[in-house]
Amino acid sequence: MGGRLWAMIVKELWAILRDPRGRIILVVPPLMQLFVLGFATTLEVKNTAIGIYDRDGGAASIEIAQRIVGSPNIRAVLPLYSEAEARAAIDRQKVVAVVSFADGFSADLAAGRPAQVQGIFDGRKSNAAQIMSGYLSTIIAGYGAELAGQTASFSTVTVHWFNPNLQYLWFTMPGLVVIITTISGLGLTAQSVARERELGSFSQLLVSPLRLSEILIGKIVPPMLVGAFNATLYLVLISQLFGVPLTGSVPFFYVSLVLYLLALAGVGLLISSVSQTQQQAFLGMFFASVLAILLSGYASPVENMPLWLRVVTEAVPTRHFLVVSEGVFLKDMPIADLWANSWPMVLIAAVTLPAAALLFRARME
Amino acid sequence: MTGAPDRPAARLSRVTRRFGKAAVPALDQVSLQIRAGRMTGLVGPDGAGKTTMIRLLAGLLDPDEGEVEVLGSPAVSADRSRIGYMPQRFGLYEDLTVIENLRLYARLRGLAAESRQQRFDRLLDFTDLRRFQSRLAGNLSGGMKQKLGLACALVETPDLLLLDEPGVGVDPLSRRELWGMVQQLLTDGIAVLWSTAYLDEAAQCDEVFLLNEGRLIYGGPPQDLTREAEGATYRLAAQGLARRQLLSRLADREEVRDATIQGAALRLLMAPGAPPPSGALAVPPRFEDAFVARMGGGPGGRSALAESYPEVPDTGAPAIEAEGLTRRFGSFTAASDIRFTVPRGEIFGLLGPNGAGKSTTFKMLCGLLHPSAGRGRVAGHDLGHARAAARQSLGYMAQKFSLYGDLSVRQNLSFFAGVYGLAGAGRRRAMERMTEIFHLGPYLKQNAGGLPLGVRQRLSLACAVMHEPPVLFLDEPTSGVDPIVRREFWTHINGLVQRGVTVLVTTHFMEEAEYCDRILVIYRAEQIALGSPDQLKAEAAGTGGLSDPTLEDAFVALIEARETAVGRAGAAA
Amino acid sequence: MRFARFPALLIKEFRQILRDPSALLIAFVLPIILLFLFGYAISFDIRQVKIGVALQDDGAPAQSLATAYRTSRWFEVTQAHELAELEPDLIAGHLRGIVVIPADFSARLEAGDREVTIQVITDGAQPNTASFVANYVEGVRATWARAWAEDHGQVRPAVLSFVPRFWFNAELTSRDFLVPGAIAVVMAMIGTLLTALVVAREWERGTMEALLATPVGMAELLASKVLPYFLLGLGSMAMCTTLAVTLFDVPFRGSALGLGALSMAFLMPALGQGLWISAITKNQFVASQLALVLGFLPSMMLSGFVFEIASMPAPVRAVTYIVPARYLVPSLQTVFVVGDIWPMFWRAIGVLLLFGLGFFLLAIRATKRRVA
Repeated sequence: MGGRLWAMIVKELWAILRDPRGRIILVVPPLMQLFVLGFATTLEVKNTAIGIYDRDGGAASIEIAQRIVGSPNIRAVLPLYSEAEARAAIDRQKVVAVVSFADGFSADLAAGRPAQVQGIFDGRKSNAAQIMSGYLSTIIAGYGAELAGQTASFSTVTVHWFNPNLQYLWFTMPGLVVIITTISGLGLTAQSVARERELGSFSQLLVSPLRLSEILIGKIVPPMLVGAFNATLYLVLISQLFGVPLTGSVPFFYVSLVLYLLALAGVGLLISSVSQTQQQAFLGMFFASVLAILLSGYASPVENMPLWLRVVTEAVPTRHFLVVSEGVFLKDMPIADLWANSWPMVLIAAVTLPAAALLFRARME
Repeated sequence: MTGAPDRPAARLSRVTRRFGKAAVPALDQVSLQIRAGRMTGLVGPDGAGKTTMIRLLAGLLDPDEGEVEVLGSPAVSADRSRIGYMPQRFGLYEDLTVIENLRLYARLRGLAAESRQQRFDRLLDFTDLRRFQSRLAGNLSGGMKQKLGLACALVETPDLLLLDEPGVGVDPLSRRELWGMVQQLLTDGIAVLWSTAYLDEAAQCDEVFLLNEGRLIYGGPPQDLTREAEGATYRLAAQGLARRQLLSRLADREEVRDATIQGAALRLLMAPGAPPPSGALAVPPRFEDAFVARMGGGPGGRSALAESYPEVPDTGAPAIEAEGLTRRFGSFTAASDIRFTVPRGEIFGLLGPNGAGKSTTFKMLCGLLHPSAGRGRVAGHDLGHARAAARQSLGYMAQKFSLYGDLSVRQNLSFFAGVYGLAGAGRRRAMERMTEIFHLGPYLKQNAGGLPLGVRQRLSLACAVMHEPPVLFLDEPTSGVDPIVRREFWTHINGLVQRGVTVLVTTHFMEEAEYCDRILVIYRAEQIALGSPDQLKAEAAGTGGLSDPTLEDAFVALIEARETAVGRAGAAA
Repeated sequence: MRFARFPALLIKEFRQILRDPSALLIAFVLPIILLFLFGYAISFDIRQVKIGVALQDDGAPAQSLATAYRTSRWFEVTQAHELAELEPDLIAGHLRGIVVIPADFSARLEAGDREVTIQVITDGAQPNTASFVANYVEGVRATWARAWAEDHGQVRPAVLSFVPRFWFNAELTSRDFLVPGAIAVVMAMIGTLLTALVVAREWERGTMEALLATPVGMAELLASKVLPYFLLGLGSMAMCTTLAVTLFDVPFRGSALGLGALSMAFLMPALGQGLWISAITKNQFVASQLALVLGFLPSMMLSGFVFEIASMPAPVRAVTYIVPARYLVPSLQTVFVVGDIWPMFWRAIGVLLLFGLGFFLLAIRATKRRVA
C-alpha cells in the first residue's frame, strides 16, 4: 500500500515538475499576479482630479482651494468657469467632484455670516465620491475651526490598530496569499484527473491494483505541496519585500494552510470528477475561483452582503482562511481565534473530500 | 470529364515538407502521379507521411520544395469545387442531421439548386442512409459516418477524390462496403486516392504508392511488388503449442525472412533460392510478403522477454472465465450472456463490428466495468470480490497509447513498477530488465509522448508485463503500426504464451486474429461464433459456400448469416 | 451560385447554436449567474458596522453620547465598561472599531475643558472599513457635541459648512454603478469565449479541414462566425439590461439607442479577440484558458469597474489603456444612471471600433488557408 501510494505521489510530482515550462508556469504567473494585483486591486482613492468653480475669488475661497491643491490624495485641480463647464466635467468624468464657491463667499465669511461650500460628486463612482467627500469636509472643517480661532468643544483621537497608516497594501497582500494559492491549487487538482481521462491513461490506473483512495490521495498531495511552496514564497516576499508585518503564529498559519488546501483539494476533485474533459474542468475551476474571490471578503467585505449570502459564505473555505491570513500577518491573532476560523475548513474538507470520492466511484465506468 | 485520360489528375514532383524542427521530413523528395479512373492506394504505417501528402493535394499545406499540381494548376490555387476530400475524421458536423450536412456541403461546393434534390436522392440511395436522413450525424455509427463523409465529398461529382484513411478504426464489414462504393465511382472516370494502413486493401488497388518515413519506397501496380515474393512463400501445417515453438525456431533461421502464424499453420517467406523446410507447401505470395521483404524481413523468433519470464504454474484452473457476463446501459443491452473460459497459455481473440459489444466484454473482464449480471474471473480471482488480487495478476495494454506522454521513459517504467508493488532492488532489477529487453536504453530520458511509434509500442508492452502477470489483456494492440513492429510485438506474445501466459486480445486486424488459438465473434451484444480461426473459416465455407476463405471472409460471412437469420426470424414473427 | 455559400454557412451556424446547448448556456445562463454574484456579493454600501463602545464614565453626558452611537443607523454597538473587554473582539474581527469614552469625560466636559477627547480604535486590517468607522464616529460626535452645546447655552453659529451633493446616485447605492460595470465584464467574457470556442471546435473536430477544402472564401467563413454570435451577444446584453433594471433596480436613464450603439461597438473587440484566440490556438481547451485570461481578468481587474484606475501605479495604469472594457465601463454606467452623453459615447465607440478592427486584422492574419 505504502509503495503504491508513494509511486502515485512521485508520478504526480513528476507530471507537474518535469516540464521546465511547467515549473515556470507554477511560479512565475502567481508572482506576476502578486505584483499586478497587489497594486491594481486597490480601493484607495489617490491621484484623483477635482474641479473648482470659484465665483467668489476672495481670500477665503482661494485659501481653501490652495489647501485642496495641497492635499496628497488629489493629483490635479481643474479650474472651471461656468455652471455648464462644471456639469460637463462631471458628466464626462474629467473630475470626480466639483467644489463650488458662491459669489460673496469670502465677504460673508469675513462678516461672520454663515457661508457654504458646495461639493458636487459623481455618484457613478460612489466609493470614490464618498471617500473624497470625507477628505474635503475635513479640509473645510479644519479651515472653519481656524477662522473661529478655537477648537471644537471636544475632539476625537483616532488610532488605527494593526495598520496605523491604513496602507492598502497591508490589506491586499495577506489577501493575495490566499487568492493566489486558491487559483493555483484549484487549477492543479481540477485538471489532474480530467487530464488523465482525456489522455486515456486513467483506465490504465483503474486496471492497476491501485485503490481509489490511493489514486485520490496521490492526486491531492502534490498540489498541496505546490500550494504550500507558493504560500511560503509569498510569506517571505510580503514580509521582507513589501514590509507587511508578520506578527502572529507562523506555525499555526501552516496548520491552517494545510486544512485550507485539503478543503480546496476536495472542491478541486469534485470539479474534476464531474468533468468529462479538461475544458469542462477548466471552466469549473474558473467558476469556483470567481466564487471564492467574490465571496471571500477580498473583493468587498462580507459584512456588506445580504444576510442569505453571508450564510452562504460560511461554506466557502477561502472566507475563513482569509481571516486567518490577515490575523497572522497584521493582528497577532491568538491561537483560539485562529482555530475558530480554521475548524470550519475541517468541516468543509470532511464534506467535499468524501463527496469527491463517492462521485468518482460512481463515475468510474 | 476533363482532360485526356493519359493526363494525370494530380502530380507531385520532388516534394519535400518538413514540420517544425523535426530532423526527418514528413515527406522527402516524393514524386508521383495520380490518374483518372483508377483506384490509387497510398500505403504506409502511421507517421509515414500519408496525411501530409493528402493535405498537400487538397491545397491545405504548402510544400517546402517541389511542386504539387492538381487538375492542371498548383494545388493551393486549384478549383476546389472539383476536388472531393474526406479528412480522417470525416469532417462532419455532429450536431447537424445527415441531410443538413449534405445540404451544407452542396451549397458550399456551389451545386445548382435544381440538380440538388436529384443528387441527394442518388447519394442517399448509394450510401443507404435514406432511412437516417434526419438523424444527427453524431448519432450515427462509425461505418455510417464514414459513408456520410464520403457522400459529402461527392455532392458534386469531383474529378479527384481524396480519402484519408477511411478504414481506420472501422470493422472489416463496413470497410468492405465502403470499398465497394468507391469502386463504383471509378467507372465515372474519377481519380481516387485511398490512403490506408491495411496492406490487404492496398493489394486490391490499381496502383499503389508505398510510403515509409516520408520516402516513397514503391510506386506501381501492387501485383508487380507482390511478384517479387513469387516462389518464396510457403505454408507449413502445425498444431497447438507446437506451432508457436516452431515459429520461434524458424523465424530465427537465416534463410527464413518472415514467419507468421495463420490459424493452424505457419506462413513462411524464404530468402531467394533457399529451400523450404520439409513438409511446407508452396502458396501464392501476398502483397504483405513483398512489403516485408522490401523492409528487410521480419524480426527473429526469439523473445528475450519470454526467456526471462517465469513459467506460469499450471494449476489446472482456467485463466479467464466469463460466466454469463451481461451489461445493460439503461434499456440498451451492450453485452448479453457472454460465456467462455480460456485455459492457461492460450491466446483468445474477441472479434466483432464496432459497437457490437466486444469492448464492453473486454472492459468487464479487466474490471473497468461492473457487469449487470454474471461473473468474471481472472487467474482464479473473482472480479467482484477480489478485485485487487485480480488486477495484480493482469497486465493491460490499451488501444490508444495511454502511458504518460509528458513523463520520461524511465519515469513511466518506475511508476508502473511502483504501482504493481515493486520496490527497492526489485524495482531496479525489473526496470533494468525491461530496458534491456525492449532496447529502451537510448530513450530513457526522453518524453514518452515524443517517441517513434514502434518504441512507444515496446514501452507500452514493457509497462504491462513488468510485474510478470499470468494474464495479459490487449485492446487492439497494434493498430496503425507497420508490419515489422507488429511482428516484433507478436514474437513476444508468442514467446510469453509458451511460458504459460494467457492472452485476451481484441482486434480489427485479421493478421492479428490469425495468431489466436480461439476466437469469439460478438455481434449485436451476443456471441455468435466461437472456435479456432480454421474452424471459423470452415464454418463460413459451409454456410457461405466460399472456397478457401480468408479469416476476413469468414468474419463477414458469419455476420451476414446472422443478419439473414435474424431477418428471417423477424419476418416469421 | 457563389452567393449561396454565405447563407449556407449562416444557417449551419444558427443550427449549431440551437442544437448545442453550450453556446446558449454561455450566452444566457452564465451572465445571469455572474450578474447575480456581482450584484449581491460586491457591495461598498456599508449598512451597519459592528463597533464597541467602552463607556468608562457613568456621568450623564457620557451616557448620552453612548446612546447617540447606539441609535446611529451606521453602527451596531456592543457596549462594555472597559476597553479590555472589547479588545479580543476587535482582534477576532467581530468588531471593526471601538469608541473609548474615558472615565473623566463627563466631569471635564461639564467643567468646560476643551482638551477632553474620546478615542476611536479601528481595525486597520480592513482599511476601507477603518476609515469609514473613523469618519462616522467623528460625525456622530460632532452632531452630539453641537446638540449638547445648544442645550447648555454655548451655541455658536456654524460659520463655515460643507454641503456635499451626490449626482446621479444620491443614495450612493454602489449597486447602481457595479451592476452596469458587471455587465461590461460579463459581455467581455462571453463575447470572447463564444467565438474562441466555436472556431477552435471546428479545428478540433476536423470540420475546418473539410471546409477549407471547399471553395469557401476566408472572409465568408469568418463573417459567418461573427454575425450569429454578434446577435447572440446583443440578445445577452438585452437580457442583462432587463435583469439589472427589474431585479437590481438600477435606473435606466439613457436611451436604447445609446445602449445599443455602445453594445454593438463593444462586441467588435470582444468577438474579434475571440476569433483571434481561436485562430492561434485551434484547440478549445487552450482557447477557453486564453479567453478568460485575456478577456475576463483584465476586464474585471483593470477596467475601473471595481478598482479605481486612478489609484493604480503608473505602469499598471498604462496597461489599462489596452483593455477594451476600460472604455466601455464608464459609458455603460453613464447610460444607466445618467443618461445619454453622446460626446462621451462617441469617443468610447470610436476607440472600441478601432480595437475591433485591430483584432479582426490579427485574426485574419492568423487564419491561414492551411492546416499545418
